[in-house]
Amino acid sequence: MSTLGIVMLVHTALDRAEQVARHWTASGCPVVIHVDRKVPGGVYETFVRSCSSDPKILFSKRHSCDWGGWGIVAASQSAARMMLDRFPDVRHVYLASGACLPLRPVQELIDYLAARPRTDFIESATTEDVSWTVGGLDIERFTLRFPFSWRKQRKLFDAYVKFQRRIGYKRKIPEGLVPHMGSQWWCLTRQTLSAVLEDPKRRTYDRYFRRVWIPDESYFQTLSRLYSTDIESRSLTLSKFDFQGKPHIFYDDHLQLLRRSDCFVARKIWPQADRLYQAFLTDQATAMKPAEPNPARIDRVFAKAVERRTRGRDGLYMQSRFPGHGRENKLTSGPYSVFQGFSELFEDFEAWLAGSTGLRVHGHLFAPDRAEFADGETMINGGLTDHAGLRDYNPTAFLSNLIWNTRGERQCFQYGPADNQDINWFLARDINAQISVVTGAWAVPLFRSNRNFSEIRKEAARLQRIETEQLDILRSVWTKARVRIWTMAEFIEAPMEPIQTVIDEIMPAGPRHIAEAPRLVDIAGFGKFLQNLKNQGMHPYLMGDFPVEEPGEQTPKPIRKPYLVQ
Amino acid sequence: MRLRRKRRILRCLRKARELTVVSDNTGSIQPDDILLTSTVRNEKIRLPYFLKYYRDLGVNHFLFIDNDSDDGTLEYLAAQPGVSVWRTGHSYKKATYGVDWTNYLLRRHAHGHWVLTVDPDEFFVYPFCDTRPVRALTDWLDSTGVRSFGAMLVDVYPKGPIDEERYREGQNPLEIASWFDTGNYTITRNPAYGNLWIQGGPRCRMFFQDNPRKAPALNKIPLVRWNRRFAYVSSTHALLPRGLNQVYDDSGGEKSSGVLLHAKLIDTLGAKAEEELTRTQHYASSTEYRAYAQHLQDRPSFWCKWSEKYINWRQLEILGLMSKGNWA
Repeated sequence: MSTLGIVMLVHTALDRAEQVARHWTASGCPVVIHVDRKVPGGVYETFVRSCSSDPKILFSKRHSCDWGGWGIVAASQSAARMMLDRFPDVRHVYLASGACLPLRPVQELIDYLAARPRTDFIESATTEDVSWTVGGLDIERFTLRFPFSWRKQRKLFDAYVKFQRRIGYKRKIPEGLVPHMGSQWWCLTRQTLSAVLEDPKRRTYDRYFRRVWIPDESYFQTLSRLYSTDIESRSLTLSKFDFQGKPHIFYDDHLQLLRRSDCFVARKIWPQADRLYQAFLTDQATAMKPAEPNPARIDRVFAKAVERRTRGRDGLYMQSRFPGHGRENKLTSGPYSVFQGFSELFEDFEAWLAGSTGLRVHGHLFAPDRAEFADGETMINGGLTDHAGLRDYNPTAFLSNLIWNTRGERQCFQYGPADNQDINWFLARDINAQISVVTGAWAVPLFRSNRNFSEIRKEAARLQRIETEQLDILRSVWTKARVRIWTMAEFIEAPMEPIQTVIDEIMPAGPRHIAEAPRLVDIAGFGKFLQNLKNQGMHPYLMGDFPVEEPGEQTPKPIRKPYLVQ
Repeated sequence: MRLRRKRRILRCLRKARELTVVSDNTGSIQPDDILLTSTVRNEKIRLPYFLKYYRDLGVNHFLFIDNDSDDGTLEYLAAQPGVSVWRTGHSYKKATYGVDWTNYLLRRHAHGHWVLTVDPDEFFVYPFCDTRPVRALTDWLDSTGVRSFGAMLVDVYPKGPIDEERYREGQNPLEIASWFDTGNYTITRNPAYGNLWIQGGPRCRMFFQDNPRKAPALNKIPLVRWNRRFAYVSSTHALLPRGLNQVYDDSGGEKSSGVLLHAKLIDTLGAKAEEELTRTQHYASSTEYRAYAQHLQDRPSFWCKWSEKYINWRQLEILGLMSKGNWA
């Protein structure tokens, strides 16, 4: 007779439970099965009958098991009692469920435990040390009362907890007990287990724990601390939990993952995961080499699932992730740069920027007639077209899609008051946006245009109004974007300095200095142009102060040579 | 909203009189069977592969409504095992584009079951669908207390003009139409029902450039653990009660979701569009079909250099069209 006994708690998938039970007994381990009282009598009878051919499988007194209730502890108690009484050779008792699956040959587990005859494997931590409690209840599990079901009467449950907190109600924890919590799946030695079960104060303890919330995660965890000489605070059962505290389920495609974990037992297994049962129950030849269980190896996969469910992918708007205002984490998936006024001030600014940074530089993506993609493309990653109607149907989605579609490649685009303004708040709130604005530069194309002055005046007034509104947004307290604003006058004093700053930020590891400077467009006479606007009753103020050149001074300044900031 | 739901249910009961049973095998439905329901019209050519696809996923029983087919669809379905068929010659449009009929069948036969409601050109893809049957998904949804599962339509199209390659009966349409648009979808929230309204994709960029508001809706909630008190409101885009439409997370996380690969844009579209034009039985006076008929004469090709070739669900997951969410 083996020194390892298995206590198995079962409520569904009885055929799988039997299969696993027979696997244990085949290696000599006796099994005591507890079947939830909620399983109908007929089904239970059939199950007992089908297991009856195996003398090492016994059935214990049935209790009704509700999640978070006392039933599971009561079930473990009676089954463990039976195990200790009926199989005197058993030294370690392993608590498992019907959805547990041994991953390594049973003999390896027996040897492992035989080498540690006095060790109790039970995850057991004080309430201060655990961070995984669901519902924010840790020590309060032990000090409040929980007459309502968390699953079925959640509102009452919450209300009653709140009420008790308000009036400061506290249950008294029995003397000598220090609340500990941990996974409900343990493996205890006969000494410890019998001490817990035969404790003279057991009635007191049981009465107390009956009213504790989720006692199966604290009863044995707390009491074994009283008697065990050697607690190894970990569970031998591999079990992963999602963000709601529900166990992750293992499927056929987890086979390799489970193999690599080197754990002895895993739960929960999907009952129809035929390949897993096939691989781990029959095919013992492919066993792993003796090794310490290493659940950390598969942690990553499940930690990622939790993160995906709770935090999601930044900048992704899709059918199952559509964050409300302010809950996006980040509005877009990666950093990008917006330039306003640069392409107006410099000749061929886009080509220059693309050349000196190697990035994709678009024109005015939100221009009224079409989205000016880089290199004159009419379509870009993800199937976004340059059609203004489609873009303006949902301009923020256009922008977030563009950034998402080009993940890994920073985008730059030109923007200005003549463009669609519906993305302003989106840009301002987006921490990924780097926005550089030269205010009033929109006047330069007007100045160089060949339009009637009354038209120019009207257009200037319109653009100035739009840009003013935009600047209000960019300067608001909700702005998270990296915003830099210069007036045109201060910018053209020394244009390379700001450009160098912006580019350094885009490419922190890039060349220290830009080799070639962009060419400023000819703005001789611009001051006079502004004065003319003023004279016509339109006050351009966003450009800053430009001196008006006297008409007599017709010595045009030589065209500025491109220069470098050293 | 409750009234609206009650009205839908009353309406479906009234419209039930329009259905005549042709082959009723619903007696063989087991308590935890996964069902599929679909309304078809002249789809015989598509059905063999459709049935195979969903049988392979683990659907146990099919409920079909045949809307006056004349190509042998009805006879074909009636002869299939695990299939129950009703027929009707009444107006598809007056039955709220078939929704009333579907609601009735669901109410009658799908209470307590997980049920997929799809069109014969829609192929359900969900996380791990290459290694786990659909029951693994529904079991998991049950264990996490989720009652409905979203799957947006992703239009797939061939590389050349859509009438270039002929579709053969029994063929996997994805062999012909294996390309799709990855990132041109727009989403707004519909405050009335709390569902998301998704538009975009190739049909939008080709046919609805100038009127994107009219572009077809791509949001769908095809998989539901049905209760007789539930009702679809417009196609499978939205349900009542409204809580079922909450298939997305609005606090930044991702719920798990799938995709319905929509293999409509193959050579069979031409005949369909012609027919639907004369019948005008489709949504919004068949604007969509009118647009097709108009453009199909120019033999359009949806393919562009940014089209992506469909490989598997993981690709769709990486592209952000669907999500594993919390399922690992």
